[in-house]
Amino acid sequence: MRTLALAAAALGLALSALPAAAQETPPLPRVFWSFEGPFGTIDQAAAQRGYQVYKQVCSACHSMTQFHFRDLAGIGYTPGQIAAIAASVRVPGPPNAQGQSSPVPGKPADAFPSPFPTEAAAEAVFNGAVPPDQSLMANAFEGGPTYIYAILNGFRNPPPGVTVPPGRYYNIYFSGNLIAMPPPLHDGAVTYADGTPATVPQMAHDVATFLYFVANPHADQRKRIGVHVVLFLVFVTGLTYALKRKVWSDVEH
Amino acid sequence: MAELGLQENEFKNPVVHWIDARLPVFTAMHKEYRQFPTPKNFNYFWNFGALATVNLAIMIVTGIFLAMNYNPSTAGAFDSVERIMRDVNWGWMIRYLHVVGATLFFVTIYVHIFRGLYYGSYKKPREMIWMLGVVLLLLLMATAFMGYVLPWGQMSFWGATVITNLFGAIPVVGHGIVTWLWGGFAVANPTLNRFYSLHYLLPFIIVGFLVLHIMALHTVGSNNPLGIDVKGPQDTLPFHPYYTVKDSVGVCVYLIVFAILVFFIPHQPLLMDPNNSIQANPLQTPSDIVPEWYFLPFYAILRSVPNKLGGVVLLFGSIFVLFFLPWLDTSPVRSCRFRPIMRWLWVLFVIDVFVLGYVGANRPVGIFILLGRIATVWYYIHMLILLPLIGKLERPLPLPESISKSVLGGGALPSAAVARPMEKA
Repeated sequence: MRTLALAAAALGLALSALPAAAQETPPLPRVFWSFEGPFGTIDQAAAQRGYQVYKQVCSACHSMTQFHFRDLAGIGYTPGQIAAIAASVRVPGPPNAQGQSSPVPGKPADAFPSPFPTEAAAEAVFNGAVPPDQSLMANAFEGGPTYIYAILNGFRNPPPGVTVPPGRYYNIYFSGNLIAMPPPLHDGAVTYADGTPATVPQMAHDVATFLYFVANPHADQRKRIGVHVVLFLVFVTGLTYALKRKVWSDVEH
Repeated sequence: MAELGLQENEFKNPVVHWIDARLPVFTAMHKEYRQFPTPKNFNYFWNFGALATVNLAIMIVTGIFLAMNYNPSTAGAFDSVERIMRDVNWGWMIRYLHVVGATLFFVTIYVHIFRGLYYGSYKKPREMIWMLGVVLLLLLMATAFMGYVLPWGQMSFWGATVITNLFGAIPVVGHGIVTWLWGGFAVANPTLNRFYSLHYLLPFIIVGFLVLHIMALHTVGSNNPLGIDVKGPQDTLPFHPYYTVKDSVGVCVYLIVFAILVFFIPHQPLLMDPNNSIQANPLQTPSDIVPEWYFLPFYAILRSVPNKLGGVVLLFGSIFVLFFLPWLDTSPVRSCRFRPIMRWLWVLFVIDVFVLGYVGANRPVGIFILLGRIATVWYYIHMLILLPLIGKLERPLPLPESISKSVLGGGALPSAAVARPMEKA
């Protein structure tokens, strides 16, 4: 089994490595994010819509193992909503005396369950390519959420002369252009609770916002504290410099 | 008053007096950090030793707290770091402080080194300070390298694989050494375990060498921007309060920079490579394996030689040559302020190191191959040919008579005085 998994992984690697140097990718599009800059904060409405996209689309294949239901509080869900969301999902339960575990309704302290029991199971389904975990995806690529947005919008018909092998899809932003992920979004793929029209760019932007939050759950708090820390340090620097001037005032230098 | 076997001291506080008579720590602190005569003409570049010391303290303190929550196993390392980032109280801040601290440690150390190069701080009688400094640099590099492996991301794993494989270039015993370093036949759990152990140990060895570095400094006294010897008490100030307060100004400014990086741009790729947000995977090589920015000039030197062993020799040689700097530089004048040729060569050398860093960050194709080779050759030409040669050929500018004369706008000595060996006042 292990050998099989290894062989499958090696095959997948070889498949994805073959056309690696095929084409250069265009520069990433310019996208505005609410969390840009020192005072930017995560747009909670967008992140909640993004969570809906994640739940209804991405989570079918991608795991998000580092993220817990309770973390949803960071994008404005109330404890009651979080408990309801968790309870609606089945997570692996504690093992019984025989070591068998059966699914139980989730609690806020549970991590998001993975769609596949093991990596090998995912490899078997996807021809060797494991859908990457989404916990840190927004930090794991140059461009971060913009890269995610670009990939989700980057599916095209292959230009003439490019053969796309079965199980691969043509994406202009993916290195080598041949990605194992089928186009996950189409207009109206989800029906937003807040009535926002679910176009592909809209959903891509929302889910990238959500994934930025998932990768950086403390980003808003971090910047808020940072403003205070820097202001305090500027004040202390002023005092220290004044003290230095006073101490050195009797020295010719 | 003096009783048999007890140290005499002037402290009024009876407890301090009692302790100091038996363990003269207060006398030592008073002598080394209050009275210590320090040249009065330091500029702000003389802050950077103190900044590096503060940085070391920050790294040790944050590191101790990280270690409380870190799991040094290939199965658990990546997840335990994420646990620190998400669930440990203030864990994200402690880790970002440690990450940014690694970068700023090298910033302060590199400024400190280039300051020493410009003002000739490595020359007699300060050779020992300099050589201990080179040891500190090597220890810092080893500590940083092993620390970078611990989060067990893609770049951790592949960086460790590339760097440890360098030792495989050693003839005959190379492969044996690599296996010994790994504790197996690949970078794996034993490697991570020993790197964790050593990463915790080395900072305290750094503290030890730092104490020696400062002892040597306090034996011969500080250099200064004029590079001339202290001629008497009129040239110096007591370390406290004059330089404690001046260093404090530097520390405050440095902490502002630190805070901006930690709180606003901790994921800047120079601070954290995006690939390290992906768990290590021995079956998947990242498209580019790039070391941290502070190793890029050395990485460029390594890659500029087509032969692996040659590259490794030049890489390590570029640091080891620093040990011989006090004897390679033949000029009797320390400060480049009075060295009309060397000051421009110094500028060129700084540019050369930046070029090497830039080359190291790019794939070795096209123009970068040539640029890397030119910059590598220039690095060695500067160290091995120009420093000895220019010292003999150059005609230095007239040196000021003393620090206080220079400070008060006093005239310079006739240039004939330059050739005199520098005596201690």
